[in-house]
Amino acid sequence: MPDIVIKAENLGKRYTIGHQRGRGEQTTFREVLIQNAGNLWNRSRDLFTGKPVIAGDTLEEVWALKDVNFEIERGEAVGIIGRNGAGKSTLLKILSRITEPTEGRVTIRGRVASLLEVGTGFHSELTGRENIYLNGTILGMTRNEIKKKFDDIVSFSGIEKYLDTPVKRYSSGMYVRLAFAVAAHLESEILIVDEVLAVGDAEFQKKCLGKMQEVATGQGRTVLFVSHDMAAIRNLCGRVILLLDGFISSDGDTDPVVDSYLRKITEKNLEPVEKRLSKYITSVSLSSGSGREYLSTEDSIIFTIEVDVFDKFIDHLRIGIGINHIAGARILTILSNNEGKSWHGISGKFEMHVTIDSPHLAPGTYRVKVALGDALGDFDTVEDALSFQVEPTDFFGTGKLPNSQQGVILARSTWVLKN
Amino acid sequence: MKEPSRSYEETILVIEPGRTEKNYWTDLWRYRELFLILAWRDVAVRYKQTVIGILWAILRPLLTMIVFTVLFGRIAKLPSDGQAPYALLVFAAMLPWTLFSNALSEASNSLINNANLIGKVYFPRLIIPTATLVTAFIDFLISFILLLGMMIYYQFVPGWPILYLPFFIVLALLASLGPGLWITALNVKYRDFRYVIPFVVQFGLYISPVGFSSNVIPEQWRLLYSLNPMVGVIDGFRWCILGGNSPIYMPGFLLSLAIIIFFLWLGISRFRKTEKTFADLI
Repeated sequence: MPDIVIKAENLGKRYTIGHQRGRGEQTTFREVLIQNAGNLWNRSRDLFTGKPVIAGDTLEEVWALKDVNFEIERGEAVGIIGRNGAGKSTLLKILSRITEPTEGRVTIRGRVASLLEVGTGFHSELTGRENIYLNGTILGMTRNEIKKKFDDIVSFSGIEKYLDTPVKRYSSGMYVRLAFAVAAHLESEILIVDEVLAVGDAEFQKKCLGKMQEVATGQGRTVLFVSHDMAAIRNLCGRVILLLDGFISSDGDTDPVVDSYLRKITEKNLEPVEKRLSKYITSVSLSSGSGREYLSTEDSIIFTIEVDVFDKFIDHLRIGIGINHIAGARILTILSNNEGKSWHGISGKFEMHVTIDSPHLAPGTYRVKVALGDALGDFDTVEDALSFQVEPTDFFGTGKLPNSQQGVILARSTWVLKN
Repeated sequence: MKEPSRSYEETILVIEPGRTEKNYWTDLWRYRELFLILAWRDVAVRYKQTVIGILWAILRPLLTMIVFTVLFGRIAKLPSDGQAPYALLVFAAMLPWTLFSNALSEASNSLINNANLIGKVYFPRLIIPTATLVTAFIDFLISFILLLGMMIYYQFVPGWPILYLPFFIVLALLASLGPGLWITALNVKYRDFRYVIPFVVQFGLYISPVGFSSNVIPEQWRLLYSLNPMVGVIDGFRWCILGGNSPIYMPGFLLSLAIIIFFLWLGISRFRKTEKTFADLI
């Protein structure tokens, strides 16, 4: 008999979103006044009857997750993939009991530890030592457990020297190390991990992946892992669930599911994606510097990012574009602030045009991540904003076409034989 | 079935709509360590990056006390309770009032201040506002030392009613918890309520018997006056500290008590009702 530790039946989660009626319809001051008075009345009534109040004039119900069924056996490592907004985070939030499902049921056998963020609850004024206790308790460890593992945690993080320094003095790398070190020592039968490995340096990421692999395979624990990093998913997971608009689109062995997902997202190729990609980013498109329909190894790449900052003013606006290989590895990162560019008092809709001088990418498929940030850090990101194909051309001028098996960057070289 | 793989026994958790209701209070007990550590964090962080640190806990009530003593005792020449020095009369009320107002302000903003936790981990949300009461209580203990100093200065020896003080301390905390829970829950969705609290606290200082004795209130209005739950708490404090100089007006006290219990019930039930949506809204 299979040993099922997580069983989800007909799981669904509905959100109600309010839409503002178009402002154009309100012409006179009197009408505006009447409508606002009406809103105020409705809201205060809802307030006192305890009904949740939704801002906006018309309501729309959105199912973030619908009819989700799956069973996970003890010791399985399952990856959950899908585009932004496919319901991955909602699923994790339900499994970690942060939010309730609207319908359906999940039965979980064993202690669950969820890691939806690195360093949840870290307080910048407190020292590393204090934060280990704080973060550990928040993640569900008892004081005694933390005490027992304290030395392991410290040595895994490698910050022994700074243990009694407030974490606000830490570099972001140290911060992530410490946070992950605590999380890695959670003792639970089931570990739920959201895209937390996206931060930190490459070496430490590898260490974390190693630790998780150990968790997944060595100790018979069950791991649920959400990531956009297909390489990490392939590395870690034996099975993958692909979510598409709140439904399970496929569920099975890692390689076929990941391949079909990658095929799906590359079909779009150079076409811009229509709907809003994230809170502020409305569209991301790409064209070739040569003006041709396709992108060749020689061409510079022009990105057009459309943004709609509808609810605030942004100072120190920075924009970053990351180009990843289809397998997940980062090829290059372009940051506006590296070029000394940041913008102030930005609000409303704008288009950003970014030209990258030919990066000499090898033929193949690449994926693009876009991030908006300000002085405090990134506040909006889109993984897989789009993907594009680089077509082979006669890069070397010798009639030999470069191919995708020879790495990701092309470089011309000079050869001299001496003897 | 399989034997448990670890030292603790295997727990079975069922998640379905409305389910969290059923094991809420046992969960609250299971998460007691989180309560302690959050309370400890708030206390530890409170006076970091301040120059005079915990002196703030003494300075604020002390200065208000001096102003009130001069204003109500010297200029307006209001009577004290029995033989008690006016400054002591004011400070015996400053203590519960500061406890109440600190606890109320901290609790009301607590969920917003911990938004990052609410979106990322599960625990009974009631822990957050209740943990902030500890910070207010620590401040209270610090300013209590000042009271002892004043008693020595005025050579004032409290009677046996001082033994009842812990009861009134708890009462002051409960009086703030009720409205605090309600407002912090509302704050999650409507940040308007963030502006309500400073107003209530400022206003309440003048309508509560802090600067004056509640004996100055005409007899026929005393019961009505006790609709303010802090009247009962402050009278209780004065009775404990000043003893026979300041007898408790029983009907008024019972009314205050009933109001406190009502608000506590209201706060908890509102909080519990909206709690499940916090993560979706915050």
